[in-house]
Amino acid sequence: MAEKEMVDIYLLGKRYTVPASLTIMDAMEYAGYQLVRGCGCRSGFCGACATIYRIKGQKELKVCLSCQTKVEDGMYLAQLPFFPGDKREYNLDELKPTADVMKQLYPEIYSCIGCNACTKACPQELKVMQYIAFAQRGDFEKCAHASFDCVSCGICASRCPAQITHYQVGLLARRLTGKYLAPETGYLTDRVREIEQGEHDQALAEMMDKSADEMKALYNTRDIEK
Amino acid sequence: MFTAEMRELIKKVEATRTQRLGTAFPRMSPEEKDEVLKAYHPDYRESGFRALSLGVNRGDKVPVELADLLEANSRLAGQPLDLSRPAYDVDVLIVGGGGAGAAAALEATARGAKVLVVTKLRLGDANTVMAEGGIQGADKPDDSPALHYLDVMGGGHYTNKKELAAALVKDGPGAIKWLNDLGVMFDKEKDGTMVTTHGGGTSRKRMHAAADYTGAEIMRVLRDEVQNRRIEAIDFSPAVELILDADGKAAGAVLLNLETQEYLVARAKTVILATGGAGRLHYQGFPTSNHYGATADGLVLGYRVGAELVFADTIQYHPTGVAYPAQIFGALVTEKVRSLGATPLNIDGEQFVYHLETRDVAAAAIIRECYGRNKGIQTPTEGQGVWLDTPLIEMIHGEGTIEKRLPGMLRMYRKFGIDLRKDPILVYPTLHYQNGGLLIDEHGRTSIPNLYVAGEAAGGIHGRNRLMGNSLLDIIVFGRRAGAHAGEACRNVRLKALTLDHVAKYQQALADSGVVTDRVSPLVLPHYTHGRHED
Repeated sequence: MAEKEMVDIYLLGKRYTVPASLTIMDAMEYAGYQLVRGCGCRSGFCGACATIYRIKGQKELKVCLSCQTKVEDGMYLAQLPFFPGDKREYNLDELKPTADVMKQLYPEIYSCIGCNACTKACPQELKVMQYIAFAQRGDFEKCAHASFDCVSCGICASRCPAQITHYQVGLLARRLTGKYLAPETGYLTDRVREIEQGEHDQALAEMMDKSADEMKALYNTRDIEK
Repeated sequence: MFTAEMRELIKKVEATRTQRLGTAFPRMSPEEKDEVLKAYHPDYRESGFRALSLGVNRGDKVPVELADLLEANSRLAGQPLDLSRPAYDVDVLIVGGGGAGAAAALEATARGAKVLVVTKLRLGDANTVMAEGGIQGADKPDDSPALHYLDVMGGGHYTNKKELAAALVKDGPGAIKWLNDLGVMFDKEKDGTMVTTHGGGTSRKRMHAAADYTGAEIMRVLRDEVQNRRIEAIDFSPAVELILDADGKAAGAVLLNLETQEYLVARAKTVILATGGAGRLHYQGFPTSNHYGATADGLVLGYRVGAELVFADTIQYHPTGVAYPAQIFGALVTEKVRSLGATPLNIDGEQFVYHLETRDVAAAAIIRECYGRNKGIQTPTEGQGVWLDTPLIEMIHGEGTIEKRLPGMLRMYRKFGIDLRKDPILVYPTLHYQNGGLLIDEHGRTSIPNLYVAGEAAGGIHGRNRLMGNSLLDIIVFGRRAGAHAGEACRNVRLKALTLDHVAKYQQALADSGVVTDRVSPLVLPHYTHGRHED
């Protein structure tokens, strides 16, 4: 077997020699961990594996998702498997998409000191401070789109001197946008009503009564939208 | 970053691109599909399956890795447990915190039931968050539930349980509206028209999406709503065995606190299993697009109390898993990439299959191209792959399309130095979905009184093959149905004394059928070493 390139990493301060080709998550498993916390979808969508690291000899603290990042020599690694962020409870049906909503539910966003630590920390490279500014102004649609790729890993909130829980603010803005600000889909409402009134029952029942051969004939000659 | 050899091969793809653009590749005939499936689909490889030696499905073939877990000892064998003092006592116990579990929790709570959600990892850590492409629903004026039904049945090779397929399509538009009203940000035009695409095997463009974060967007909204409704959810506490009462009704579960390693008893009037899939069992050695927790725990729990498995021998291999780079090997390349026009190509830069065949056919065709015709592209990890010509997308739909419609894919590849707007990507089938599962009726009920199943753990809806976008739909439709039914039914349940006698009986059945093993199930967590022992 060809000689593998190996690197040294430090998991909670302890040194392990691992193949350089692995992600941080895989390297932890190579080192002998069976992960319980800090591991989820393994594809960069769930935010379970927020990781903080510093390269030996450097000062800067960096952040990443451990499933989406290759190991580097001299990485000192710690995971952030849980962050005690504050989520406010609300009844979406009773909210209105006005700036007052944020003032009531997440007033601390107005204490933002503009340090931009959240943006620097985001492993998804979102402009976090910018979407908080949109939320401050009640511009929920912009906040929603700017925060859309958030995986709620919590790193932003962990770095914030103003105690803002950014990812919850983004989520609220997105739900307000999806429910109230996005244009209504008229034909969807119509179709749901038709189904409730039983207008599609007969066509469906007729289809269910067909034999497998009849279904095959229908399926193989069905018209396919271009 | 591509290797120098790959860079050379990409030139062949570039050379044929303009000529391919706008030239339609023919769909396979039913006979051609049948032929490629039988010769190359992993479901037809006999060595991958074994007949079960005990239980309801005795004699039926299931993947050997699943058989190993069904023919294994209970974690509770020999464990003293006091069932008379439950730590939790609720109306509806939901095992699993993905999309189906969360949907069930909301509906049961809306009916006044006291609900407890227990999950192996965190609430929302599930395959739901990785469903990138979209959710089907026959809402547009030129579409109908009946047309959707025809697609579902054709895709499932007419094996689906008809009443389940009918429930799926009939509730489809209602599910989309329910999500929309909860604040899910679907892609829409300015006039409210949903931006929809085809999936493999659909006759109408009914795939609704939220960029390529559809499942993640749905899950984070549902999780937020579960929290707003103050529904109790306990993380890192998987169920390791179901509990019955003296009448044989489902009556709760034994939970394992993964942090303290303590067993806890949850008593419940109704139980909904929403534990998801089995990708992390890596059938036939395939990589998987599945979540870390997808270890078929619910199938094991259900089977031990006598619930029946259906279509457990049919697995969905997603045609386009990542073949390269190795760091994300097996991760999903959403079907939406093909919906938007990217086509599969062989080493000579030639298309070899229509890009929107159903998943089983497309996967089999890619395996044939690599190992039947030797036209695959070698990867550094000794595997093979085929090109997926992603730059076509922007040639068809215009510059900026990928950033807008596939931001997750763009980001994932960019982290490893590949820009899929400029270069094609290498893909190979990845273990994606269990088509079958525990048999349910249209309310999510199993043959065991008060035991429901919803989501990927359930079987019958999709028959032998599921279409893209019908899984996100299925978890919402059947999660809601099970939650609503259990939330009502629990009012009339009078539980008798709790028992784990079925576990002792199962242990006896193992011995009687000659299974001698030290295997223990459910698996709970996979175990990876990434080749440490060979180093």
